[in-house]
Amino acid sequence: MNKSGQISTPELWAPPGLWRRLEGPLAHLFLLLCTLTTVLTTISIVVILSVQSAQFFRVSGISPIRFLTGTDVEAPHFGILPLIWGTFMIALGSSVIALPVGLLSAIYLSEYAPRKVRAVLKPSLELLAGIPTIVYGFLALQLVTPGLRLLLNPFGLDVEQFNALSACIVVGVMVIPMVSSLSEDVLSAVPQGLREAGYGLGATKFEVSTRIVLPAALSGVFASFILALSRAVGETMAVVLAAGRVPSITLNPLVSIETMTAYIVAVVGGEEAPGSPTSLSLFAVAMVLFIVTLSMNIVSRIVLARYREAYV
Amino acid sequence: MQELHTYTPHSRIRRILGPLFAIACVLATFSGVVVLSILLGSVLSTGLGHQAGRPWYHLPQNAWDLGQLLLSLATKTPGESAQTTGFRVGVVSSLWLLGLVTLFAVPVGLGAAVYLEEYVRPGRFKAVVQTNIANLAGVPSIVYGILGLTLFVRGFGFKPFALGYSIWSGALTLSLLVLPVIIIAAQEAIRAVPTTYRQAALALGATRWQTVRDHVLPAALPGIMTGLILSLSRAIGETAPVLMVTQASSLLNPPRGPGDQYVPLPLEIYNYAKYPDPADQTLAAGGILLLLVLLISMNAVAIVIRNRSGRLNRN
Repeated sequence: MNKSGQISTPELWAPPGLWRRLEGPLAHLFLLLCTLTTVLTTISIVVILSVQSAQFFRVSGISPIRFLTGTDVEAPHFGILPLIWGTFMIALGSSVIALPVGLLSAIYLSEYAPRKVRAVLKPSLELLAGIPTIVYGFLALQLVTPGLRLLLNPFGLDVEQFNALSACIVVGVMVIPMVSSLSEDVLSAVPQGLREAGYGLGATKFEVSTRIVLPAALSGVFASFILALSRAVGETMAVVLAAGRVPSITLNPLVSIETMTAYIVAVVGGEEAPGSPTSLSLFAVAMVLFIVTLSMNIVSRIVLARYREAYV
Repeated sequence: MQELHTYTPHSRIRRILGPLFAIACVLATFSGVVVLSILLGSVLSTGLGHQAGRPWYHLPQNAWDLGQLLLSLATKTPGESAQTTGFRVGVVSSLWLLGLVTLFAVPVGLGAAVYLEEYVRPGRFKAVVQTNIANLAGVPSIVYGILGLTLFVRGFGFKPFALGYSIWSGALTLSLLVLPVIIIAAQEAIRAVPTTYRQAALALGATRWQTVRDHVLPAALPGIMTGLILSLSRAIGETAPVLMVTQASSLLNPPRGPGDQYVPLPLEIYNYAKYPDPADQTLAAGGILLLLVLLISMNAVAIVIRNRSGRLNRN
């Protein structure tokens, strides 16, 4: 037994019977293979995306720089800057909703809520997180866009059928449970002694929550923010349904935009022959998407690891 | 913190800010509940839209209507008009996927979790695998769709390995997608089993595998089940990856075996939801109702299992 409670001594004792001697090593082998599946998955993703992206750059004759900076998404040009713009517009727009609401609800759950209320709220947040994204997309079309029209048309603002704002709203709502549950974990992990010290000095609950607990858990909260952003970047169905497919670099949230994920869905639905530049382009776009979300995940883990060192 | 309520600060701003902030926090938390009810309400009203609706306070009749509607939606195959069409193809496809994903992902996910918790020593290998799993859990689902399209549908260029646009491809793709989630959940459950269980079994002469199989896994089972059900319900609700690994946009007959083409329920919903026609929107809402009923019942089972096991442990 080592510190972490694991069994790390070699097996000196062999049970009687051939099968009982064999089943241990066989099980060990099976379990190892299971574990290696995950490594293989990562390797296949990386290999497939890089091989096919290389193929795309070769077939289409577009340089990676022009691919990333070009502003015309259409077939012979393949400049995906509008897609990257659209993706980050959705991600940032949705975090305007998700981050404050998620953080406030995390503070409520960890600092204010009585234990019984919390026992009910946490599972219902999980339930909310389990609702398929297609439902949110449908909600954007059915409820949010008509609502926005009702609200903004009297001011002379024209809201398109597909628009970035409704996608931002539903994606924001969608990632609230994630921000809230991850932030709540780190807020609850702040040692009770810090809070008691604050109360001892005459701070109110509000002051303890915002000036002691929150700063103490700040890096963990940031980590959850980054994860939520990365989730919004990778979000597909809600954005496809709500934001439409008109690639554009604009700051106007009331018009249609196209994200990287929506582009991939459009290419797959477009029945291009496999091997054509257009059908290969989805691998290059997916590569960009993969790199962006992976780096966000890694950054969030680094931030979180730093936090853990401080208290545990 | 009972004693805190007796203390009030002198400064007025400090007295006012506290309750205001508390109210903001409560509002933010319950916004989720509000959104959930708006969502269900709007889907329900759209889904029931084409029926001459009774007022909402005729609850038993409305519930009966709803049941009838769901049943007819679940059992009808696509017809010519919105009144006769249904989601039978989607329901059957999704159930096939559910079964096969359980078959593939559960043993592998459990195996990996057991290996990481009970077998491998802490060190570089474990750290690398663990980081890798966490990263895989953050990969957008559409990237898994691309992986499935290349690896399973097209066999990465090798014809004999290509499974085509069959249920096999869809199930394998979704299995890879939920594998990291299953592993992380199962690891947590296994970690919660007290070390004394293992020590007792080992002291009585059980091998490591016997300890794991007969003592650790049964003790961790409720936690594992909860995690499994939640991950499987995620697999059923996913649209983006199956969009990449199905070809047919609609089928007339449900698939009969895992080699057939398929259109899972979320994809059928998407196919209706993308058209602005009110009839299509109504159908999409009906499909969403079916999907939510399926998912919420799966989630409810998971929550019940968790609450039960919590009570058992406390006694």
